[in-house]
Amino acid sequence: MPLTPEVLLDRVNEALGDKVLTSKIAQDQVTIVVPVGDWLEVCATLRDTPALAFDLMIDLCGVDYSAYKEGAWDGKRFAVVLNLLSIKRNHRLRVRAFCADDELPILPSLMEIWPAVNWFEREAFDLFGIVFDGHPDLRRILTDYGFIGHPFRKDFPISGHVEMRYDPELKRVVYQPVSIDPREVTPRIVREDNYGAA
Amino acid sequence: MTVTSAAPSAEIRNYTINFGPQHPAAHGVLRLVLELDGEVIVRADPHVGLLHRGTEKLAETRTFLQSVPYMDRLDYMSMMQNEHAYCLAIERLLGIEVPERAQYIRVMFDEITRILNHLLWLGTHALDIGAMTVFLYAFREREDLMDVYEAVTGARVHAAYYRPGGVYRDLPDAMPQYQASKKKNESDLRRLNENRQGSVLDFIEDFSRRFFGYVDEYETLLTDNRIWKQRTVGVGVVDADRAKALGFTGPMLRGSGIVWDMRKMQPYAVYDKLDFEIPIGRTGDSYDRYLVRMEEMRQSNRLIQQCVAWLKSNPGPVISDNHKVAPPSREAMKSNMEELIHHFKLFTEGMHVPEGEVYAAVEHSKGEFGVYMISDGANKPYRLKLRAPGFSHLAGLDEMSRGHMIADVVAIIGTLDIVFGDIDR
Repeated sequence: MPLTPEVLLDRVNEALGDKVLTSKIAQDQVTIVVPVGDWLEVCATLRDTPALAFDLMIDLCGVDYSAYKEGAWDGKRFAVVLNLLSIKRNHRLRVRAFCADDELPILPSLMEIWPAVNWFEREAFDLFGIVFDGHPDLRRILTDYGFIGHPFRKDFPISGHVEMRYDPELKRVVYQPVSIDPREVTPRIVREDNYGAA
Repeated sequence: MTVTSAAPSAEIRNYTINFGPQHPAAHGVLRLVLELDGEVIVRADPHVGLLHRGTEKLAETRTFLQSVPYMDRLDYMSMMQNEHAYCLAIERLLGIEVPERAQYIRVMFDEITRILNHLLWLGTHALDIGAMTVFLYAFREREDLMDVYEAVTGARVHAAYYRPGGVYRDLPDAMPQYQASKKKNESDLRRLNENRQGSVLDFIEDFSRRFFGYVDEYETLLTDNRIWKQRTVGVGVVDADRAKALGFTGPMLRGSGIVWDMRKMQPYAVYDKLDFEIPIGRTGDSYDRYLVRMEEMRQSNRLIQQCVAWLKSNPGPVISDNHKVAPPSREAMKSNMEELIHHFKLFTEGMHVPEGEVYAAVEHSKGEFGVYMISDGANKPYRLKLRAPGFSHLAGLDEMSRGHMIADVVAIIGTLDIVFGDIDR
């Protein structure tokens, strides 16, 4: 069975020292927040420290916090979240770093540490516009060829900006502004703490 | 396939060739730009995203319950396993318990789904390499399992059966039977309905008794088949360290000899109470991954048998009685004011999940399928990230296919077991 989260957090703190800004244990999962400047160093330590040995990069994704709790968020807007797994030691860790600049979120690429981040960084770039410095091939991956904008940002409408149709006169596919009106069936409501908890 | 450009010089003979997105061996909508030196692959650049529907963004605008059917449409060959990961994430954030019977039902359907997925993989992989018969055999068994899906959920593919807190309903007491028609006479009907006389569980039990023999049939056709071995042995070799570095999970990782299975190492649902084994490969080539998946089907079948035995003797509730998460029964809703309010609130506003974040993963047929969910306390997820196993696997295609022939790319795509629903999301 995996380590208890408390022991894992102790080991992480031991290995990283004051590079851990905040840490949290919830649902038996450990989350640490690290400064963006130490991103590469932290990840290399997590992989190479024998007691931690995070050898498998499970997931990397971007998060846009600008609409968190209906705009109650006052931290940095963009974060990158890394979910790591150690097959050797059988434990997991979540690492988060907030990008310093909201206008141009930028972070060093982890390609040298886990080659598996390749497409995950391309995805975060495509969907959130987070730039990974040092990535050898930072192209869009999921959106259409020639797509403009970063669709998973909270200020990007769910219907998008353009729609595509076949034009019988031009005899080709054309793009035009969307004709759908935004519609919300169930409004988003934030209730008081523990409203829905068992 | 179309040759798009050829270098004019006589010495340099690199071609760029476009494979897909509508090539039958591309398994959906894979567009592959291959750079060739003669017939040898120099570089493979998969262009994905042709099936991108923005599921994660859509989920941010739907209540937690409304997103369950979207999960079926991710990896549309392992429907219920996707739902399982999604429900696990919500349940962990809410901190609710799932009734034991629901957990056994979930495990049983996860394994039925694994067999469904592996049968499709086996059939199409063999078809790509030139063996037609296996495809027909595999679909014969898929038909039975999809009938089970239909009997329990009403849908053959997109089930929407799991709910946060349990499953939608208990297993039905009767298995639907074939009806007489112009094509089916009395004796056909008797034969077809022979194993459909009892409950759904009886039908599944009958299937699992037969299934070991079927797996042996597929193995007779392929395992020692000279053509099959020539096309798969030594093709797409990934050693253990590379498999980890590339982020492989599931059979792709086990085929390279790493003992890792979420069901054993970090068990969820009731896997820790059941008896099964994890097959691993040795060389990390396509043939070893084939052997691993074949054995996984047998192990899944064992798990199904254990679940059927438990479910037959242990009746009970199949969904949580916390009515802030799961709806009350129809009778209670019609006779009790409080239950009526619960029902109304649940299906209009939806459940509220406490603020926090969680990563929940299951051992999916293809690898580790994970749901990373951030909730800010609203009735909709703030951010939902779906970790699709096929995404990492396809990213490794470039490395796996370098130095191989064009025909081997087809064999490697087959062994990756990719489905675009989950790669593109």
